Amino acid sequence: MNRLKLILLQVAVGLGFLLLWHVLTAYPILAPTRQTQFFFSTPLDVLARVWKEFASGEIWRHLWITLLETILAFTFGAGGGILFGFLFARRELLAAVFDPYIKAANALPRVVLAPIFALWFGLGIWSKVALGFTLVFFIVFFNVYQGVREVSPVVLANAKMLGMNERQLLRHVYWPAALTWMFSSLHTSVGFALVGAVVGEYLGSSAGLGYKIHEAESVFDVTGVFAGMVILSIFVILIDMVVTLIERRLLVWRPAPSTNGQG
Amino acid sequence: MPVSPTAPAVSLLSIAITFGSKVGGYTAVQNIDLKVSPGEFIAIVGPTGCGKSTLLNASAGLLKPSDGKVEIFGAPLHGLNSRAGYLFQQDALMPWKTALQNVAVALEPQGVSRKEAEAKARNWLQRVGLAAFIDRYPHMLSGGQRKRVALAQMLIRDPEILLMDEPFGPLDAQTRQIMGNLLLELWAANRKAVLFVTHDLEEAIALADRVVVMSAGPAASIIGEFPVTLPRPRDIAEVRLEPAFHHIHKEIWASLRTEVQKAYAQGEGASP
Repeated sequence: MNRLKLILLQVAVGLGFLLLWHVLTAYPILAPTRQTQFFFSTPLDVLARVWKEFASGEIWRHLWITLLETILAFTFGAGGGILFGFLFARRELLAAVFDPYIKAANALPRVVLAPIFALWFGLGIWSKVALGFTLVFFIVFFNVYQGVREVSPVVLANAKMLGMNERQLLRHVYWPAALTWMFSSLHTSVGFALVGAVVGEYLGSSAGLGYKIHEAESVFDVTGVFAGMVILSIFVILIDMVVTLIERRLLVWRPAPSTNGQG
Repeated sequence: MPVSPTAPAVSLLSIAITFGSKVGGYTAVQNIDLKVSPGEFIAIVGPTGCGKSTLLNASAGLLKPSDGKVEIFGAPLHGLNSRAGYLFQQDALMPWKTALQNVAVALEPQGVSRKEAEAKARNWLQRVGLAAFIDRYPHMLSGGQRKRVALAQMLIRDPEILLMDEPFGPLDAQTRQIMGNLLLELWAANRKAVLFVTHDLEEAIALADRVVVMSAGPAASIIGEFPVTLPRPRDIAEVRLEPAFHHIHKEIWASLRTEVQKAYAQGEGASP
């Protein structure tokens, strides 16, 4: 009953927002409708545009490009982060020497790298993958580094007393510990991979969701911008659901988060 | 490879352990001489912070003594003690493995095939009374059940020496008794040398053949050894009611009490 009520309330908020948007743009309340519709479009127009994009099949190509960039950025970023996280956690000297440079590199707002990457890798997908990589790499790197360093000393001592050699320790103790930390940041890092892809496309490309939004914006097509945003949101929610599924499967051993507040 | 068949399983020879620099560091224990015969169950009791666990870690090779020698079956110990199993006070199971995987993985370093290891692990989990819980992850088990898994994980390797660091400390009183009886039952079936550290004198007497009493730290040393001649098999709960038990308890407590008071006076024992 409570759950039903919650869902109804959630739907009500969404509908209320759409209704408000519709009323304010369909009737000359704040300003003439032509003016409000130019700046804010209307919910029906936006939905119609989203429908058209999918129906015409035009959007699939862009979705595929963005998805591909996201997946590549995540794969390379996570791979590099795991590799270097491991290496630095197991080699104290390396970590100490590189510490200030890693901090400096991480402090840099990654968007400023986009033009450089466009110059180096061209306007195709690789400049976007590179941008996403720089975002994902540091998240995964720091998490894996932390995860390997903070392996419970008791679990480690126990594994050693069981006679495990370095390779077995890596496989049974360090690796799972590092993966836990990586997966706890999975939502964030996948999100950042997507941010890298979309921002990169927005700044210069010929395909992808970021490109679609940029293209609409450059001709003052507000309906197109909003439609692009709606598609992007749906896309992000779907990806997030897939990530949640993967996470549930891989972290099955973890205690469930404390019970929800819905009674 | 025993150097001599009659050599003690563990010999601690004038051991001293200092943390920090050798001069001005914190000396946990010193002048420790202790021999554990094969098949003998020794309990070490002492006030909190007397370095009981330090001795176990030295016997396990997890800690190198600053002075003195550790010999395992007559041979000096280098690196980790591969002939010993260690039961930790804290949870030491791998949280990402099920009970079965945790026990089975203990055989991997010995090169046992996975299938065989799992069959043996199943058998061991049954022996510790967890047949119905083999696919549970540690967080799904109670504290007592986790200790049972840890016990099976240690014993499946069939180590010749068992080192136990207040293993039942975090458990409630009833569970402790049940675990104590389980330990005695498993040990009686296949007698190994045991070094069992506890701060609970009653537990020490109920379990051990010999109770070793340590003085309050720093620079703790052994101040008494008391043989426990109570007949076996023992039941942890019932053995406490015997007059002989009271007699031994009284005798040991007389020497332990002053040390406990010393520890409290130093503030060492003030926190639980």
